[in-house]
Amino acid sequence: MTTGTRAPQLPIYLNETRFEFLRLLRARAFSLATIGFPVMFYLLFGVIVGNSNGAGGEWRATYLLGSYCIFGLAGVCLFGICVTLATERALGWLEVKQASPMPAAAYLLSKLLTAAAFAIIIFAILSTIGVTMGHVHMSHHQWFHLALTVIGGVLPMAAMGLLLAMLVPANAATGVVNLIYLPMSFLSGLWIPLEGLPKWLSRFAPMWPTWHLGQLAVWSVGFGTTWPIWQHVLWLACFTVAALAAATWLFQRNASKA
Amino acid sequence: MPATAIKIAQQTAAALTDVTHRYESAKGTQTALRNFSLALKPGEVVALLGPNGAGKTTAIKLLLGLLTPTEGMARIFGDDPRNTRTRERIGTMLQVAKLPETLRCREFLTLFRSYYPNPLPLEPLIESTGLRDIQNKEFRQLSGGQKQRLLFALALCGNPDLIFLDEPTLGMDIETRHALWAQVRSLSARGKTVLLTTHYLEEADTLADRIVVMAEGSVIAQGTPTQIKSRVAGRKLRCVTAVPLDQLQRIEGVLKAEQLGSATTLTVGNAEDILRYLLAIDPTLHSLEVTSPNLEDAFLALTQRDTQGS
Repeated sequence: MTTGTRAPQLPIYLNETRFEFLRLLRARAFSLATIGFPVMFYLLFGVIVGNSNGAGGEWRATYLLGSYCIFGLAGVCLFGICVTLATERALGWLEVKQASPMPAAAYLLSKLLTAAAFAIIIFAILSTIGVTMGHVHMSHHQWFHLALTVIGGVLPMAAMGLLLAMLVPANAATGVVNLIYLPMSFLSGLWIPLEGLPKWLSRFAPMWPTWHLGQLAVWSVGFGTTWPIWQHVLWLACFTVAALAAATWLFQRNASKA
Repeated sequence: MPATAIKIAQQTAAALTDVTHRYESAKGTQTALRNFSLALKPGEVVALLGPNGAGKTTAIKLLLGLLTPTEGMARIFGDDPRNTRTRERIGTMLQVAKLPETLRCREFLTLFRSYYPNPLPLEPLIESTGLRDIQNKEFRQLSGGQKQRLLFALALCGNPDLIFLDEPTLGMDIETRHALWAQVRSLSARGKTVLLTTHYLEEADTLADRIVVMAEGSVIAQGTPTQIKSRVAGRKLRCVTAVPLDQLQRIEGVLKAEQLGSATTLTVGNAEDILRYLLAIDPTLHSLEVTSPNLEDAFLALTQRDTQGS
């Protein structure tokens, strides 16, 4: 009885991604906060504070362009992936989709691509502000490296979002994510460089994926890193694999419950 | 699996065979279903009826392949329910608290239609499921009944042969509920197989070819609505009488006596004998009604018997 042809697969992936992006763009609590906060912080601490320090101030606008891109990226991944997935899992929507012929990869990829799209929007806005108002001058190479860090950084942060989605209770997901996101960003030196913090606090920085991404981002815009570049990249790759494995294990364990 | 079993499995639209399903919870190992078997013939409308926790939703989730049975087997059209080709032939309406709030009805349908090789055309689908006026509303703007209508439409998107409806009319007003019943009847008329769970006995009575009554993970009765009703002995007498309740209860042949407001309801074995006696001892007796037990009585009798037995 089954007909020979399957539903064309590409439209499924396109629809899934288009509607995932639309629904988050329309959810103002999400789009205003995840885009608005990095933009506002960058304007205040990168541009206004930077410009008020006279001729030597443009390092702030450059440094913080890198770090606030990562701050924005972490926000869209944690809120856009963790909170939506935790909610959809707890409130039954994911089951309706799982019972349908939708490929699971389309569901996950749509969340990944949506997070990447928001991260690119934040990158574009911050870059425009930096160049027009913050006297940021970077080479083509540096712009390329920063863009690569932002886009590639979606992978570890999305993996972290997936893992958290398996752990947080759905009705408290937004609160828990905020409790992780904001301190983690601060302790990773995304708001102010770690040199401004007490030594014992900065010693814990290597446990945060955002610190490693932040290091890559500020290296991209022309600053030095704590570890060699390849070590940061390797750490992030291992983190991504470990977080995905743990998320898969937790998902399967939960799925066996009635 | 023996060859005959394979043959039977292929002739059924959906089957759970000797399924026991256990899961771990904070309270230890729970058994949701116990040696449970259910087979849907093509074109049949079957209602799963039972109190909360009877295992109705677990049965549906096993058939959908969302859960894997601890023991036994789940088959859809003789195939593994987790198979994508199988899933293209089924439609599902589960109990969903929330969909993505900022998508519009029409967008949900566009998305779901793209999953299927031969989806129903969009406009007629919107029309027939009563979504015309709300097609451009976001999910957060919908009322409870409208949300149910959207979920029902999503179940029909792929023009499925087999439809699962888990508590489909929950939160619907009477008008919408009747509209959905009409839809289910038209699905049945087109030869579709439907499995629904419900708390509303009237719904099972009016829609189902067969009712499966469940309690604590097992089937305690099944048959046509008429057969289920006939499982309850006796008839009901309702009247306003001056005879006190305890005296009524002592009359031979009275199974149960209840006072509700001014009226008394007696469940009796032989209605005629009791009536002759009552009319003789109470000349003031009035507002008399004699009825056969309805599905609700049958259901209560069946589930109570089961709980007492265990």
